Amino acid sequence: MRFLPHTKEEITSMLRDVGADSLDDLFSQVPRECRRDAPMVLPAPTTEWELNEQVKEIADMMEVQPDFNVLIGAGSYDHHIPAIIPALTSRSEFLTAYTPYQPEMAQGTLQGIFEYQTLTARLLGMDVANASIYDGASALAEALLMGIRIAKKKRKVAISRAVHPHYRQVVETYFRPTEFEVVEIPYLSDGRTDLSGLSAEDELAAVAIQSPNFFGVIEDLASAAEKIHGAQAVFITCFTEPLAYGLVKNPGSCGADVTCGEGQSFGIPRSFGGPGLGMFACLEKYVRSMPGRLVGQTTDLEGKRGYVLTLATREQHIRREKATSNICSNQGLCAMTAGMYMACLGGSGIRELSRLNYDKAEYFKKELTRAGAEITFSSPTFNEFVVGFPKRFKSAAGRLKKKKIIAGLELDTYYPELEGKYLFCVTETVGREVMDAVVREVKK
Amino acid sequence: MKNVFAASGMIMNEPLLWEKGKKGRRAMDIAESDVPTARLDSEIAGDGPDFPDLGELDVVRHYTRLSQWNFGIDTGMYPLGSCTMKYNPKINDKIAATPALASAHPMLSDDSCQGTLHIMYELQRYLAEITGLDAVSLQPAAGAHGELTGMLIFSAYHKSRGSKRDKILIPDTAHGTNPASAALCGLHPVPVKSGPEGIIAPEVIDELMDERTAGIMVTNPNTLGLFEENIRQIAEIVHGRGGLVYADGANMNAVMGVVDMKKCGVDILHLNLHKTFSTPHGGGGPGAGPVCVVRRLEKFLPVPKVMKKGRKYVLDTDRPHSIGRIHAFHGNFGILVRAYSYIRLMGADNLKKASRLAVLNANYIKEKLKKDLHLAYDRPCMHECVFSDQNQHDLKVSTLDMAKRLMDFGFHPPTIYFPLVVSGAIMIEPTETESKDELDLFIEAFKQIVREAKDTPDLVHQAPHITKVQRLDETTAARHPCLTG
Repeated sequence: MRFLPHTKEEITSMLRDVGADSLDDLFSQVPRECRRDAPMVLPAPTTEWELNEQVKEIADMMEVQPDFNVLIGAGSYDHHIPAIIPALTSRSEFLTAYTPYQPEMAQGTLQGIFEYQTLTARLLGMDVANASIYDGASALAEALLMGIRIAKKKRKVAISRAVHPHYRQVVETYFRPTEFEVVEIPYLSDGRTDLSGLSAEDELAAVAIQSPNFFGVIEDLASAAEKIHGAQAVFITCFTEPLAYGLVKNPGSCGADVTCGEGQSFGIPRSFGGPGLGMFACLEKYVRSMPGRLVGQTTDLEGKRGYVLTLATREQHIRREKATSNICSNQGLCAMTAGMYMACLGGSGIRELSRLNYDKAEYFKKELTRAGAEITFSSPTFNEFVVGFPKRFKSAAGRLKKKKIIAGLELDTYYPELEGKYLFCVTETVGREVMDAVVREVKK
Repeated sequence: MKNVFAASGMIMNEPLLWEKGKKGRRAMDIAESDVPTARLDSEIAGDGPDFPDLGELDVVRHYTRLSQWNFGIDTGMYPLGSCTMKYNPKINDKIAATPALASAHPMLSDDSCQGTLHIMYELQRYLAEITGLDAVSLQPAAGAHGELTGMLIFSAYHKSRGSKRDKILIPDTAHGTNPASAALCGLHPVPVKSGPEGIIAPEVIDELMDERTAGIMVTNPNTLGLFEENIRQIAEIVHGRGGLVYADGANMNAVMGVVDMKKCGVDILHLNLHKTFSTPHGGGGPGAGPVCVVRRLEKFLPVPKVMKKGRKYVLDTDRPHSIGRIHAFHGNFGILVRAYSYIRLMGADNLKKASRLAVLNANYIKEKLKKDLHLAYDRPCMHECVFSDQNQHDLKVSTLDMAKRLMDFGFHPPTIYFPLVVSGAIMIEPTETESKDELDLFIEAFKQIVREAKDTPDLVHQAPHITKVQRLDETTAARHPCLTG
C-alpha cells in the first residue's frame, strides 16, 4: 500500500526500539472484551486504475448528467467557475493545511480568510463577517441562537414561511431540545413575508427573513427592519443566493442586525449540496455574541503586518460550555474559494453578472406568461420565481427531461398550498434556447 | 544537526486584494447577454459592493504567493495531536471532481441521482463495519456537528422514554468541543477527573452517574493517547442507570480493525472523515462528521436517510422519531466521496495496518524523546503521546517556545497546551503515513531544541526565525479587533 511507507526491516527495528515483540503487542492495553470478533469485511483494495473505472460506472448511474440544464436553484446554484479557481484552491499548501493555530506557518490561509471576511462584509453591507459556518441552514440556526443571546430574557424567535423549507427544518432541529420557541410568520399573496401582525407584545428575541426568499422574491427589507425593530427584536436576514447583492440592496443598508446564508454560488460546484459555506455577518456591536472563527489583523515582533485567529474567548475550546457555539472546524477552503471568486468578479464584474441573471429570469417570466403560464407572485424576483401552468405540467416536464432539461422544482411537498406550482431558476449558464424550449412545451 | 529541512526561500511580499488592481480590470469572462435588458425597479436596486477590480494574473499571483506562506501536509510532517494529519491522497480529489458527481443538484428526484446515493449508501455501510455499530448518518458537516447530532439523539431518546435528564458526564481527557455541544442541548457538563493512570476509573462514574444524568461523552482513545481500558465497565454502569454512551471517534485512527465500539458499550460515535479517512482539512474545513449508532437509536438519526429498496436507492424522509434535518442537504458530499475513495483504495487489511503503524510511530517517538522531554504518563500509548515542558521549567523555556522553534527545522508544531490535564502539554500524533526517516529527523530536531533550551535559550525564545512573520501580537489583536480591511 503506497500510503504506508514502512519496510519490513523498519517495522522490526522500530518494534525493537519500543520494546514490543509484534504489532499486536502494541495493543495489549485493549481488553479482550473490547476487541473485534472477526476482521472487517470491506471491498477488496483497488488500484487507482481500477477505482477510476469503477467510479466511471457510478457516474453513469446518474440519470442527470453534467450536460443537462437543471433549472432548479432552491439553495444550490449552477454558475460558471473560472478555471483559475480550482487551480488555486487545489494548491496543497491551502488544501492540506490544518486550522491556522500556528499563525507563523499559516499566513496564507489567514490573509485569505481576512480578505474573505472583508469582501463578505462589503457585499452584505455589514461591519464584520466571520470565517464561515457549515452551511446556510446551520448559519441561520446559529444566527437565531445569537439573537436569543443578544435579547437575553426573551425566549421566542420568529421565522418567515418564505425561508427555505430545509433551513426552517434545521432551525427546528437546533431548537427542539432548548427551552426556546420558534414561530412561523406567513407570507402574503405577493410572495413577501407578512409582518403586519408583529408587535412588541410578542416578546420576540429575533425575526428572520430570507431575501431573495425561497420563491426568489426580493423582500422589502427596509420596511421589515422598521417593523421588526419596532417590535424590539433583532433583525436577521438570510439568503441562498448572495449573487443577488451585486444588483439589489444589501441587507446592511436596509437595517439588518445579523445576516447569513449559503455561499455555494461563489465558485463552488453544487456537489450534491455540499461542501458549500455558511456566510455570516453582523453589526460590530454584536461581534462578541457571534459564533465561529474570526481572523484579525495584527503585527509581529518587528512590526510587520500579519494575521491571527482572534476573539477566541467566545469559542468552545476556551469557554467550554459557555461558548457562543460548539463550532470548531468551519468551511475554511470554501471561504477561501468564495473570496477568490469575489476577487475574480470585482465590483464591476459582480454587477454585470448579477444583472445577467436578473435579465434571464425576467425574459423567462415574460415568455412563460405569454405562453399562458402565470407567475404566482407579483413582487420582484432575482434569478428564481414560482410559476403555475394552465394545465398539468408533469408530462411536459417528462418530455423536457428527454431533452436534458430539468424543468423546475415541484412545490407540493414543501408548500401544500402551492400544489401544481413550480420553482424555476435560471442563471448565466442557461441559454435563451433552453428557456424557449420550455416555453414551447408550455404552449403545446 | 545536519538535516535541517527548512530554509528561507524566495518568498514574495503581497498586499491585500484591495490594495492592488485598477477599475475596469476583470479576472472572469462574462458572455454577452442573449436576452433583452429588463426594467429594474429603483426600489430594489442597490449600488453593488465595493470590490477591487483585478486582472486574471493579479488574482493568480496573489493566491499563489499567499499559498507559499502556508505549510501543509504536502510540505512536511504535521504532527498535530488529535488532528490526524495523515497524507491526503490526490486521487481522492480527482474522484470527488468527477463531473456527474460534482455537478449533481441536491434536490433531484431519487431516480435522477442513483450514483450519488450509491456512494452514500456504500459509505454508510463501510463506516458501520469499521466501527462495529449498526446505522450511520453522513449529514453532520464536521466533528463538532456530529457531536451536536449525538447530543440531539441523547435528548430525543430520553424524551421518548419520558425521562428528564439535564446533566452529562465529560472526562477531562475529552475533546474541547464536547462541553459546548452538550450545552446546546441543555445538558450541563459534569467534569470527570481521569485517574492517576490517565484513564477513567469505573468507581468515579459509579459515584457520578445518576437518574438526572443523560450519559457520558468519552473520547476513546482519549486525548492522552490512552485507551480507556474500563470503557466496558463504565458503559455498564451508565446503561444500568438509563444513560447512553457517546464516544468521540476523532481518534479512530488508532483502532481500526482492532476495536469493536459496540462491544465497548458505545451507543453513538462520530467520526472525523478529515482525520481518520484522509480527507484534506483545507486550512479549517470543510470536514465531515458522520454519526454511527446502535440499532435501537437508528430511528433518531437525521432525515433524510439513504436506504436501499430492492435495487434502488431512496431518500427516506418519513421517519417520525428522527431528530430532524441537521444540514440543508446531504452533508459535505464532496468530502464523503473522498472518504469513500480512500476506503476503496485501502481495503480492510490496509486500514488495520494503518492503525497499527500509527500506533507504532507514536510509541517510537515516545520512546525516543522520553529522556529529553517529560512524559506525562509513561505507559504504552496509542496513536499519540503527550509530553510537557516540565524538564525545561528551570530554564524558563516553555512549550510554546519549543513549538515555535520546531518551525525553523521545517516541522509543524504538535498540538500544544492540550489536553488541559497536562500542564504545558506537547501532544504529538505522527500518523502512519510518516516514514521512519521522517520520524528520526523530527526526533533529532526536538533533541537539538532541548539542547538549545539549555545552551542558547534566547534562540528558542525568539523562534521562529525563518518564517515570513515572527511571533504575532495576539493580545492586541483581541483587545482592538481589526476584522476587516
